[in-house]
Amino acid sequence: MSEPAIVAEGLTRRFGDFVAVDALTFEVARGEVFGFLGANGAGKTTAIRMLTGLLAPSAGHATVAGHDVGRDPEGVRRRIGYMSQRFSLYEDLTVRENVELYGGIYGLSDAEIRDRGGALLESLGLTPWARTLVGAIPLGRKQKLAFSVALIHRPAIVFLDEPTGGVDPITRRQFWEMIYETAARGTTVFVTTHYMDEAEYCDRISIMVDGRMAALGTPAELKRAHGVASVDDVFVRLARAG
Amino acid sequence: MRGGALRAFVVKELQHIVRDRQTLTVLLLMPLVQVLLFGNALRNDVRDIRIAVVDPSPSAVTQRLRDAFVATRRFHIVADARAMDQVEPLFRRGEADVALVIDPAFTEQLGRGEPARVLLVTDASDPNTGSTMEAYALAVLGDYERTLRGGSAPGIAVQTRMRFNPTLESVNLFIPGLIALVLTLVSALMTAISLSREKERGTLEILLVSPLRPWQIIVGKVVPYIALGLANAATTLAVAWVVFHVPFRGSAALLLAESLLYTLASLALGVLIAANASSQRAAMLGALVVTMLPNTLLSGMIFPIASMPAPLRLVTNVVPARWFIVIARGIMLKGVGLEHLWVETLVLVGMTALLLVAAVRRFHARIA
Amino acid sequence: MSAPAAGGDAVIVRDVAKSFGETHALRGVSLAVAPGELFGFIGPDGAGKTTLFRILTTLMLPDAGSARVLGFDVERDLWAIRARVGYMPGRFSLYPDLTVEENLRFFAAVFGTTIAEGRAVIEPIWRQIAPFASRRADALSGGMKQKLALCCALVHRPDILFLDEPTTGVDAVSRREFWEILAELRAGGLTTLVSTPYMDEASQCDRVALIHEGRILAIAPPDALGAGFGQALVAVRGADRFALLKLLREHSDTLAVYPFGAELHLTSRRPAAERDAAARDVAAWLAARGHPDAVVAPIEPGIEDTFMARMSGAAGEAAA
Repeated sequence: MSEPAIVAEGLTRRFGDFVAVDALTFEVARGEVFGFLGANGAGKTTAIRMLTGLLAPSAGHATVAGHDVGRDPEGVRRRIGYMSQRFSLYEDLTVRENVELYGGIYGLSDAEIRDRGGALLESLGLTPWARTLVGAIPLGRKQKLAFSVALIHRPAIVFLDEPTGGVDPITRRQFWEMIYETAARGTTVFVTTHYMDEAEYCDRISIMVDGRMAALGTPAELKRAHGVASVDDVFVRLARAG
Repeated sequence: MRGGALRAFVVKELQHIVRDRQTLTVLLLMPLVQVLLFGNALRNDVRDIRIAVVDPSPSAVTQRLRDAFVATRRFHIVADARAMDQVEPLFRRGEADVALVIDPAFTEQLGRGEPARVLLVTDASDPNTGSTMEAYALAVLGDYERTLRGGSAPGIAVQTRMRFNPTLESVNLFIPGLIALVLTLVSALMTAISLSREKERGTLEILLVSPLRPWQIIVGKVVPYIALGLANAATTLAVAWVVFHVPFRGSAALLLAESLLYTLASLALGVLIAANASSQRAAMLGALVVTMLPNTLLSGMIFPIASMPAPLRLVTNVVPARWFIVIARGIMLKGVGLEHLWVETLVLVGMTALLLVAAVRRFHARIA
Repeated sequence: MSAPAAGGDAVIVRDVAKSFGETHALRGVSLAVAPGELFGFIGPDGAGKTTLFRILTTLMLPDAGSARVLGFDVERDLWAIRARVGYMPGRFSLYPDLTVEENLRFFAAVFGTTIAEGRAVIEPIWRQIAPFASRRADALSGGMKQKLALCCALVHRPDILFLDEPTTGVDAVSRREFWEILAELRAGGLTTLVSTPYMDEASQCDRVALIHEGRILAIAPPDALGAGFGQALVAVRGADRFALLKLLREHSDTLAVYPFGAELHLTSRRPAAERDAAARDVAAWLAARGHPDAVVAPIEPGIEDTFMARMSGAAGEAAA
């Protein structure tokens, strides 16, 4: 058994008197699809910033892909991919330019960028769009491209922050198939979403309430534990109690 | 406009202004910093002034006066002439900066106990250095006069004359220009930014889908900036008066009214810019280009319009600041009233009306 | 300017089209909303929801077609409509540097009223945000921001309310609370048009329009939307969902198969009437391929099934 992709122990972040993230302790296995849920303001964003090495913990520690997020944030960032709904690609660059940019940022050689970029565009059916500005391609394709680009340096873990917001239901499902394929190849997927049906697609989910992890388990376990029919109900119960 | 909505608008706009501490600080300090910067930058110290001495009837007395200039080491004599027309070519070729013209009866006048007459001619092509050189020459004459006081003589009577720019005095002249600049910056730039910010935030959509007419939205937005602009103009005047002793000879009420007129033109310009800009950033750059450049370069604030090439001179006519500066200089420095400034005022009224109409027309009731 | 006809529809849209350059935002949309109805527009980003709302709130003119709101023409009777609508644009459109109360007071004044006058209408929402009255709007949580925006859109007691994606990006709890508020407003008789990308919110509406790429796919009460679904639909539950998904695509009856929460939904080529048989076939087929414990059951199509079937043409046409 290889070591877990993410290990967090007592991970805490305070802003002044306010405790945004309160002693998170959890592990995420290699190749797992891990759903990270929580109400707005529950501390999700702060937790993700710490796990991606953008924000130092106030207390506790976390290891991501074997690197300590507090002591070696650069090491963490080299081994992870990141995609968010709000920002991922440069709308005023073409599809190919975005691919080249991110390949370059992650230190790929020109040959690697050419080979992987070409394969990436081919698999997404975006080859005819290579010279199109990203701002001009449909949202669904854009999100799939952003996901592929986040994987171009073959990271150990990819963080997806609301990757499917506003996307049509078919594209949303195609996106999740890409997530499954990525996980099947051994990449760990750490995903946040506001679509509760998507929470069911995850191997395990956690639900954050007021900076703490109020629940952690498989969707089936959580539903059973709370005696409800859907993750949505679990979520609402926990969040309202908090 | 219903009073309630306008008041709410002004209050809201003031809240934006007060809460954005950084911008507010910059806006309030800007006039102060600009006056000090411009004032000092334009007052460069002058060394090695080339002086021509015109002495129709030299004597031991006039020789001592000549030596007084040599002794300062700041002046160096480039010519000793008998008549002014010998000095004229030197001025034209730029080989002399100052001419000291001693009255033919200088020695006799001193001897008779009358004030002895001297004429000081200074090249004021560059107004700033011109006034500085003149000040130095006057100082030397003053020292010389004191050496005469030993015999309780009546002293010397100095007449001064500026060549090329007879009325110019640098700091006095750029202050009206600076008021124009400050008024435009605050009104055009800030209006453009705050209006395009509403566009960017989407709040403009809600305002449009309200019973308010577009012109009412514009009025609500610009009123606070009128106040801010006038406050800034007042600061500029105060600093100029305290630090640089710039005179204020005319009617303050008239200057206020003209400033208000000029501010309206600038505000309309700001609204026009915001209506055409796609983002706050574009609005800011647009406003800087449209206001700063013409205001500093084409308004007569720094470079005299008379010395510009003809095509550029024509262009200056469409710069509102050019007209405002003439008006402000007239009021502040010459102390003249509307009877001398009505042409410029009318031009400004016309421009303001045109810009206001364009702004309201360009600001549509719909997005598309 | 005539008063709206009594008993007429609150909103009438006829063949409205709108393009932005090459992009066809709306390609001929027609619908009617009855007074007092809570009407939902459900569709992904880029479906045309925002453009339609902007036309109905008089912010944009249609390229073709016509629309009436409260009996007033959106083109001619601009100011009559503006005095009567409440509008909440898609993104958060309040002043972040003003406090909650300052925002509300400002928008009340813009519409020529006061918080006190609008109090009765906003009371149920105001109760929830009043504790934060003196907090700056940018310091509110996503759910609270939406509630404040709704207050600002309601404070002048409009006759009709347009809410453009009020729940987008808002967490599940806040979304529920928001819909509870809308239900209260509906009980008070306020006509409300609301758009959302979340399909599960359709059930909260009296009627919904499914909208995609500038076209209306269907208009019906939420529980009647599945009626036109012509195909047999079965749900499959099993251990390895992803393996099952790939396997089921190879079944000869399969038209489409997608993950749906904990299950997979399989749209069969067989007609809806044969769904029990279709389910038995799929179960037997899976058992023969190493998935004997897969649970297969015939189901009624939900809104998302309907939407997907309609947007992917073939099934949609078959269903129509």
